[in-house]
Amino acid sequence: MQNDSIQKTIFVAVALCLVCSLFVSLFAVSLHDIQKENKRLDKVKNILIAGGLYDPSVDVQSVYENKVVPLLIELDTGQILNSEEYPDGINVDTYDLKKMAADPTFGRSVDSDRDIANIRNRPKYMFVYKVMEDDKLQRIILPIYGYGLWSTLYGFVSLGNDLQSIQGITFYEHGETPGLGGEVDNARWKGLWPGKQAFDDAGKVAISVIKGQVNPKSEKAKYQVDGLSGATITTRGLDSMLKYWLGNEGYGRFLDTLKQGGARG
Amino acid sequence: MAEVIEREEQAPEVPPSPSLTAKEAKSLLLTPVFDDNPIGRQVLGVCSALAVTTKLETSIVMSLAVIFVITLSNISVSLIRNHIPSSVRIIVQMTIIASLVIIADQAIQAFAYNISKQLSIFVGLIITNCIIMGRAEGFAMKNPPTHSLLDGLGNGFGYSTILIVVGFFRELLGSGKLLGVDILPLITEGGWYMPNGLMLLSPSAFFLIGFFIWVVRAWKPEQVEED
Repeated sequence: MQNDSIQKTIFVAVALCLVCSLFVSLFAVSLHDIQKENKRLDKVKNILIAGGLYDPSVDVQSVYENKVVPLLIELDTGQILNSEEYPDGINVDTYDLKKMAADPTFGRSVDSDRDIANIRNRPKYMFVYKVMEDDKLQRIILPIYGYGLWSTLYGFVSLGNDLQSIQGITFYEHGETPGLGGEVDNARWKGLWPGKQAFDDAGKVAISVIKGQVNPKSEKAKYQVDGLSGATITTRGLDSMLKYWLGNEGYGRFLDTLKQGGARG
Repeated sequence: MAEVIEREEQAPEVPPSPSLTAKEAKSLLLTPVFDDNPIGRQVLGVCSALAVTTKLETSIVMSLAVIFVITLSNISVSLIRNHIPSSVRIIVQMTIIASLVIIADQAIQAFAYNISKQLSIFVGLIITNCIIMGRAEGFAMKNPPTHSLLDGLGNGFGYSTILIVVGFFRELLGSGKLLGVDILPLITEGGWYMPNGLMLLSPSAFFLIGFFIWVVRAWKPEQVEED
C-alpha cells in the first residue's frame, strides 16, 4: 500500500488512535485511585492545619479520625443535619465544594448586592469540622472561599470554642501572584491570625484585613490583621471573604445555633 | 506552527547511518545543551520557561516531564516514520505527543501531588511546546529510533538546563530559598535579605534567559548571528 493512499491514511489514523487511547486510558484508570486519595489527604491535611493539629511527623489520617468530626449544616437555616438526614448525593468522602456550588439542586446563586466575596454561587449544604478533645469542642473549622486578584482562594478558618476568637487560617488552593498575593501561604502572615476576634461585643462581624500594618495600640487591633504588602486586591478579597462567610449569608446562623447550645455531641 | 516548520530546515541534518558511532551519539546528545540549545539558540519553548520557573522544584519536575515526553515522542515517531502518510503527519505527531503528555500529567498528579498543584495547566501545555513538535517533525521523521532517542534526550537536557538555571536564580533571589530550604534569611523573617519581587514575576525569566544567551555567546562566539 502506498503511504499516501486513502486506505493507508485511514488505517494509520485509526490504528494510532486506538493505541494511544489504550495507553492513556490504562494510565488514567490505574492511577485514578492514587490521585483521589492524594486529593482527599490534601484536604484532610489542610483541615488539620486550620485546626492547629498539623505536624509533619504525624499520620494525618489517624489524627483526623481521632479528633475531627465532620458536620453537615444547612447554611440558610443554620441547622445541623444528622447523618440519617443527609440529602441523597451528599456524603463526607465525596463532597466537593466546587461541584456543590455549581449544582442546580445543591447550590444557590448569591444575590449580586450581597456577593461581597465575588463567588456567585455557593452550596446550600456545607461540611464544617469540629475538633474534639476529651469529648469537648475545641475548635470549629469552617471552609471559606472568595475571589482575590486572579483566582478564587479556597481555604479554612477556625474558631475557638468560644466561637469568637480566630485560631487559624489556611488556603489550600489559589492562583495569586507568588510573593505578593501568594503570601497567603506565608507562615508568618498566617501566624498573625490566632487570637484575633471575629465578632465585636454586639455579635457583629468585626474582623478585617486592613491595608498596611495594624497599629497595636489601636482599640481595634484585636479585630484587625495586616494586609499583604503589594497585594491590595488580594487583601481586599480576603477581607470580604471573611466578612461574607462569618456573616449571616455564611455561617452566621450556624454559629448562632451552636451558641444556643445546639451543638450536639 | 509556522515557527516549527520554519525551524525544520535549520534542524541539524544527521546522515541517517544505520549504525551510530560514539562520536555521533555524543554530538546528538550534547549539541542541544549549549551549542544549539532549543531555548537559548532557537528561542522555542519560552512560554513554559517563564511560567514554571518561580521555584527550582517545579522547574525540575517540569524538566523531567518534558524529557520524558520528547524522548518517547521522538522514538515513537521515528519507529513509524516510514508509515506515516505525509498528509496527516502533523496530526499523527500531535496525537502521540498529546497522549504522552496526558500520561505524564496523570503520573505527576498521582506521585507528586503538591507539585502538580503548582504546575497546574503547564504540564498539559507541554503539548504546545514547539521544541517537541519541532524535534518530531524536523528530526524523528527522518532518522532511525536510536538517533531520535538521543536527539530527544539531548533537546530535553537543553531545555532542562535553562529551566533549572532560571529556576535556581528566581527562587534564590525571589524567595531566598532553594528547593524550599531557606538559604538567604529574609528581612520579613528576621534576616537580612530583601527579596527581589521582580524575580517572582514572568519578566525576570526573560532577563535571565537573556543573560544565559549572552553568557553562552560570549563563551562560544560562533553562535553570534551576523547582522
